Amino acid sequence: MSDTSIRIDTQEAGFGDYFALLKPRVMSLVVFTALVGVLVAPVPVHPFVVFASVLFIAIGGGASGALNMWFDADIDAQMKRTRNRPVPAGRVTQDEAFAIGITLSAMAVVMLGLAANFVAAGLLAFTIFFYVVIYTMWLKRWTPHNIVIGGAAGAFPPMIGWAVATGGISLESVLMFSVIFMWTPPHFWALCLFMNNDYTKAGVPMLTVTHGRRVTRAHILAYTLLLAPLAVGAGFTPIGGPFYLAVSVILNLWFIKGALALWRRDENQAEADGYRAEKSFFRFSLLYLFLHFTALLVEALLHNFGIGAL
Amino acid sequence: MGLAREHDMHKRRFGRNLGVGLVLAAFVAIVFGLTLVKTKRGQNMESYEHVRPAEQDLSK
Repeated sequence: MSDTSIRIDTQEAGFGDYFALLKPRVMSLVVFTALVGVLVAPVPVHPFVVFASVLFIAIGGGASGALNMWFDADIDAQMKRTRNRPVPAGRVTQDEAFAIGITLSAMAVVMLGLAANFVAAGLLAFTIFFYVVIYTMWLKRWTPHNIVIGGAAGAFPPMIGWAVATGGISLESVLMFSVIFMWTPPHFWALCLFMNNDYTKAGVPMLTVTHGRRVTRAHILAYTLLLAPLAVGAGFTPIGGPFYLAVSVILNLWFIKGALALWRRDENQAEADGYRAEKSFFRFSLLYLFLHFTALLVEALLHNFGIGAL
Repeated sequence: MGLAREHDMHKRRFGRNLGVGLVLAAFVAIVFGLTLVKTKRGQNMESYEHVRPAEQDLSK
């Protein structure tokens, strides 16, 4: 044979494309909150077990992200924010995303069970199931409250972290869950206020699409008000203390002030200044969650040195 | 006829293979580390058949 023809697939995926399937940015939040969950628990855990457990929780979270990309490829292809993800961009096939998601999910759950305990592993399995089946396959395309209930999936990591240390569930872990759960709607709806066109195009029933922005602004305020007592309330449990309380009160007052400002604004004002208040509320929401969990970590350190408990 | 020139595709494949290799090596290291932590826990191991000198019946 003297002639050879080679088809060079320029779309072939690199390692980074497979890694991108795991939604690394979401994974960083999972790693941080799960780590805080383990470290604030009253039971000491061997550092290597902490490292391995948080890693498997992160892999489990990443695997559910891959399964989300497998199922939502059609929606992702239509939205500017997600168009460049590996599946809609054609670098990774849907079958590959599915295979990676399922394999990593099973591996992460089994390994977390072996590294820590099977309560934590069970919670991780439930989180993956909740995100993929309840949120991605069912709620996301069906109800404008998708993000409210679906937010539970993102709220589980500190609870899993707590279970890694204690082998159970308690008021403190439920409160950490509740803070992320109630924080998700205002955080995500603020994003929707300035990304509305994307969701309309993709046919995802976000609150901004189905009920309009006026209602969304009212919902943001309502959830922000409901979030405040839960976040501050965590300060009165054994994981809290004066430092956490001070941080939480300031952050919640600032967050409520921002939500009130969004509620008072109308679309003309928002469009006139390019959704400046909405964008700054969204950015502050990230800081809000990060600082709450950092404050819990500081309290755990202070408790270790015998100071800070109420 | 060999393919002498390196195409971008080869670089990507090499990167992918290297990545998978490193991930597998890291996984082995983690399982090994967990085994050490779980079995040792800061003490020396003894099998259940082991009888300490103090427990031996010295009257025989």
